[in-house]
Amino acid sequence: MQAVLDHLPYYVAVWIFACGLYGVATSKNLVHLVICLAVLQSSTYVLLLAIGHRKGAIAPFFADRVVGTPATDPVVQALMLTDVVVEATVMALLLALAVQAHKSKGTLDPEKLRSLRG
Amino acid sequence: MSDGVRRALLLVGLLGFAALFVWGVGGLPPAGEYKGPYGTMLNVSAGAERHVTDVVTAVNFDYRGADTMGEEFILFTSVLGAAVLLKHEEKKKESGEKEGTGDDESGEGPPDSEAMRAAALGLVGLIVTFGLYVVLHGQLTPGGGFQGGVLLATVPLMVYLAGDPKRFLRIAPEALVETAEAVGAATYVLIGAWALVKGGVFLQNVLPLGPSEAKVTSGGTIPAINFATGVEVAGGFVLLLTLFLQQMLDRAREKR
Repeated sequence: MQAVLDHLPYYVAVWIFACGLYGVATSKNLVHLVICLAVLQSSTYVLLLAIGHRKGAIAPFFADRVVGTPATDPVVQALMLTDVVVEATVMALLLALAVQAHKSKGTLDPEKLRSLRG
Repeated sequence: MSDGVRRALLLVGLLGFAALFVWGVGGLPPAGEYKGPYGTMLNVSAGAERHVTDVVTAVNFDYRGADTMGEEFILFTSVLGAAVLLKHEEKKKESGEKEGTGDDESGEGPPDSEAMRAAALGLVGLIVTFGLYVVLHGQLTPGGGFQGGVLLATVPLMVYLAGDPKRFLRIAPEALVETAEAVGAATYVLIGAWALVKGGVFLQNVLPLGPSEAKVTSGGTIPAINFATGVEVAGGFVLLLTLFLQQMLDRAREKR
């Protein structure tokens, strides 16, 4: 049990990942699929923040703190914050694809979109 | 592939992944005991080296500036992709049938509500101020071009909620928004290239660092790149809003 608690954030991240992947694999609607992809991707935020976390440390901002106070890793936070914004635009691109798919085939079900059938 | 087969395959894959994951995580130090030297070093030295107090922004726009440029261009190309996809359709329609100018606005805007209008208009000034504050203080306090840009992009959305789509398109004309996005992206690269002209390496911080007690003007290239990013992100997001809004208007017109 202690082993799980020690690594709890990593397990939370992988659980979110699995939920998203399940949704993507079994999706019946392209819009639903894009949302599931966003859920899947948000697991990386939990993972990154968990890696950089340090117990009792402050956030890496020193506007009102003494430099040298133990702080969490700024690098993973930088990675994450750009990704939050970039992911939103990528989702918009995917939703635009869904709009086009619906316009040309009249359906959003991946099974019924002939060009997507594998 | 049938649904059952797909689920079974997924289950097999997930079980294998879970086993590997548990095994792999077992070898990691417990969460909360971060020992990476790079982040620790940056936290201690970034303030003195770059005259900033927000180390995350310093990492984004200086120490790992090239990575952020890559991210920025993912943003740029996905907005571009969405624009190409959604506009292509528009062109086809225009050439096919010349339709009325569509002056009738019924059914195109959000539901008419005085309370919504008052709240949205009241928020416009607040969001503009806060968005600019977040962009400009990126190197000092939590925030920066990405966050502030998104905040600023919600301003036209407020106007849309307060009025009608036409007003949205008037205060955020597509040409202006597209230009803002492109100029923001180009400025990032040009600031990086300027370092080459000055004899440094790409994206090196070659501008004067400003006051060492970390003011809005300190940080050298960091606030400059930060602002360029803010402009690009705001432009990109407003462009996306415009594109999807126009889709909605087209549909409303088709229904009639």
